[in-house]
Parts: sequence; C-alpha cells; structure tokens
Amino acid sequence: MKIMLTCKQASQIISQSLDNPLLWSDRMRLKFHLFICDACSRFGHQLHLLANAVKRIKNETENDSTIQLSLEAKAKILNAIASKNH
Amino acid sequence: MKKTHEWLNDHGDYLYRFALARLRDSHAAEDAVQETMLAAVKSNSFDGKSSARTWLTGILKHKIIDLQRKQIREQPLSDLIDLDASDTSMDDFFDKSGHWLDKPQTLDMPENALEQKQFLTILSDCMDKLPAKLAAIFMMRDVHETDNENICKELGITATNAWVMLYRARMGLRKCLEMNWIAG
Repeated sequence: MKIMLTCKQASQIISQSLDNPLLWSDRMRLKFHLFICDACSRFGHQLHLLANAVKRIKNETENDSTIQLSLEAKAKILNAIASKNH
Repeated sequence: MKKTHEWLNDHGDYLYRFALARLRDSHAAEDAVQETMLAAVKSNSFDGKSSARTWLTGILKHKIIDLQRKQIREQPLSDLIDLDASDTSMDDFFDKSGHWLDKPQTLDMPENALEQKQFLTILSDCMDKLPAKLAAIFMMRDVHETDNENICKELGITATNAWVMLYRARMGLRKCLEMNWIAG
C-alpha cells in the first residue's frame, strides 16, 4: 500500500468520507495528504459548503409561502380524483 | 370527496412545496401531490391519531422516492457511469499523474444576505445543469440524508455505482460554483 495519495485519490476519499466511515488506513493517508496539500483541503471545505448550501435551498423552498400549487394544478388533481371515483 | 377538497385546500400548497424542495421540478412536484391525493382517497386509512398533514406527508414521501427512482432509472446505469463521462469526466479535473488541473479555490458562504441569495441562486442553476440522474442521487444523499445502504437498496445499484455518481455530482457542482460565483 502506497502511503502517498495523489490529489485524485484524495478527492475520492474525501467524497467517500461524507457517506461512510473511512478505513483506518485511508483516514491516516488522507490526514497526511491534507497536511501537505492546500488544494485538497479547500476541496474538502467546498464539499461541506455544498451540502450545507443545498440543504438551505431545500429548507427555503419548503418554507416559502409564496410558492403555491397553481389553480390549474389543483383543478387537475380534483379532476383526477373525480374520474377515479366514478 | 368533500374531505379531499378540504385536504387539497388546507395542505395542497404545503405538500407541493415539500415535493418541490426535493424533486426540484414543478411538474414532478405536482404529479407527486396528485399521486398522494389519489392514494389518500383510495387507502382511506386516516385514523385521526396524527394530523391529516402528517399523514399526507407520509404518503408523499413514498411518492417522492418513487419519482426519484424513476428519474434515476430512466437511463440505464451503465450509460450513466460510462457515457456520461462527456460532461463530468474526471479527466477534466486531473492530469495523468493525478494532480489537479485547476486547483480548487476558496469558496465560502457570503456574509451578507443579498450575496447569500445570489450564491444560492447560482447553486440552484448549477444543480439544474447537472445530468438529472446525478442531481437526483445527490439530492437523496446530501439533502434527504438517505444513507448509502438505503440509496443502493432503493435504486437497485451497487455501492460502487452510488459513490461514483455522488463523486461526479459533487465534482461537477463545486466546479460550476467556482466558475460562476465571483466572490465580492
């Protein structure tokens, strides 16, 4: 096993770390890589920012009371229900 | 029937926003609400123990997952992994020896509210540019916080496929943000 990761490998491990606990060996190799590589450290930061920002978009959409079902859509839904019931 | 009108009037907009926040497509979100209402009428299992809104949202969640699954399955996964390479190929990001071609830049959430809004708008546009299947799996994981095991189970894909898709989605999004967001 190589101790030194390339940036490509490091970026893959960083992405995986958001989804699953890393193997001890990957964790150590990543730690070492990030210690010497600012670019990959910034990449890790970007991925966290991304996850937080998309969650915010989701929450804002969910709570934006100006977003409503159009009258057409409501009528369409009621029609669909009516036709299923006859 | 009267109940259904009431449900749609009282909770329709809420359900629509809930679906839109996850599916990011107004037609898909309308479909999800319609499917939910049809299922609600059919099942007739509302017991009054929880609120109607909670009950309807529970049904909606399943409909959303069905639609996401469809979004992702529309294209054979093999195509997705191999051929989608055109727009999200990792070769665009690294040279042969695995070094960054363009080093990632510092990206931070702006402090001022107006700039935050612009930042989130750009991110939304970037999500829309992502291949639909990548966007869907990214939403499931990073927004829904579905764990990987359940993503694989729900989509019928391997863990390797899931992480390749997530990696590509995140790579594409961060690059798109870098290119389109000019920090003030």
